Amino acid sequence: MMRELANLWTGVRAAWRREVFAFFATPLAYVFIAIFLIVLGVFTWDLSRFFDTGAADLGPFFYWHPWLYLLFMPALAMRLWSDETSAGTSELLLALPVSLPGLVIGKLLAAWTVAAAALILTFPWWITANILGPADNAAIALSYFVSLIMAGAYLGVGACISALTRSPVLAFVCGVIIAFLLTAAGWPLVTGAIADVFGTAAGDSIATFSFLTHFETAQRGVLELRGLAFYLGFIALCIVLNTIFVSHRRSGVQ
Amino acid sequence: MLDLESLAKSFRGTAAVSGISFSLGQGEVLGFLGQNGAGKSTTMRMIAGVLEPDAGDARILGHSIISARRDAQKLIGYLPEGAPLYADMTPIGFLRFLADTHGLSGPDRRSAIDRVIADARIASVTHQPISTLSKGYKRRVGLAGAILHDPPVLLLDEPTDGLDPVQKRAVRALIARMAPEKAILISTHTLEEVPAMCSRVIVVDRGMVVADSTPDDLAASQPGGLEQAFIQLASDMSDNSA
Repeated sequence: MMRELANLWTGVRAAWRREVFAFFATPLAYVFIAIFLIVLGVFTWDLSRFFDTGAADLGPFFYWHPWLYLLFMPALAMRLWSDETSAGTSELLLALPVSLPGLVIGKLLAAWTVAAAALILTFPWWITANILGPADNAAIALSYFVSLIMAGAYLGVGACISALTRSPVLAFVCGVIIAFLLTAAGWPLVTGAIADVFGTAAGDSIATFSFLTHFETAQRGVLELRGLAFYLGFIALCIVLNTIFVSHRRSGVQ
Repeated sequence: MLDLESLAKSFRGTAAVSGISFSLGQGEVLGFLGQNGAGKSTTMRMIAGVLEPDAGDARILGHSIISARRDAQKLIGYLPEGAPLYADMTPIGFLRFLADTHGLSGPDRRSAIDRVIADARIASVTHQPISTLSKGYKRRVGLAGAILHDPPVLLLDEPTDGLDPVQKRAVRALIARMAPEKAILISTHTLEEVPAMCSRVIVVDRGMVVADSTPDDLAASQPGGLEQAFIQLASDMSDNSA
């Protein structure tokens, strides 16, 4: 057991170091963070009229997180495994005496690190809310925490899809489609339409599988363990599927 | 050190390797010859644990690549065909990554990296991005990665492909230097290299072993030497299957 854990840790550490280096050695991470901050800023400021309300509330800022993540997280994860396939380095990885789940977790954590860096750099919004008035900092901290966990779930989807193709573009497009479905399933417009056709119970059931639904609870300042378990369980599922997709390459079937 | 037991692999119903068996001991350098598509790279991938065999097994110092894959892989140094590398890394970064995956740390890690940089003669390019290196340097970086953890069994798929004559000679000298301590399996198309590098030759065709000999004996079997013997074996197999 201890030997397995040590092997897992070796894989996690090696893959995390390699991927974080790959993100920051090229303009990829910097461009990602810059565009994310600009788009989030424009949406919060312009579309949500943050300053017009004059309230010390970051609700308009967090509102956009799931909708931006569904585009940005697949972009961050699209090359995690597809590049390995196209460059032939997956052969190198599969020949190494490391735990495959460790490599999968390490790569996911590396992309998550970049997402966390982007989220940390939104701190001026938090400061602004406190300047506007007495803000509920505990609720804001909770929203940040759940937003980061939710980002991991979106990255899990992107990483999984990336393991199925050698094309980062295809991985991105498929990742966005799946992420959209997982987000929109909790959108009132969609849940309402489902409820109209199949009944309220069906609409509510579909909504429980949405990233949006569980994040809305956190935005109200409530830490719902069910929501946290949903995100963590979803990430674990993605890690398992990702490991299966990569280990399937050993069968030789492309 | 390396035992192959009826190793077999098919892709979409087509047999790529059909029951290859042989053993390789310490001090042996085996030239693994065959035409394109003969099953050389598939066999090496199965030994390295990259591909799962449909049947048979490969044992590295007694560790099965199927039931004890990680233990077996620790004992293998593998240079895949084309020496795939991370283009965005530098050779030193790549070697540090591999050292991490082998659990090397501290002084062991430093000395292992210094040793392979010297052995593969890549000291002048260690901090250059791999994407900017020549094909020859890339292959040597791949070779440095394969020998980083000083494995007792080496699998080298076309190690001298793309190297200039001086680099080829350096790689041959490195293999000769390592040979007494290790079992080395080399896949190559370059027949003239075989007598210079290998103490034994196996020729495969359509996934089967068709000759297992020393380079001198195989060369002596035909008036035209090793090349003629190789062509003869390949055409014999074509005739038999026709």
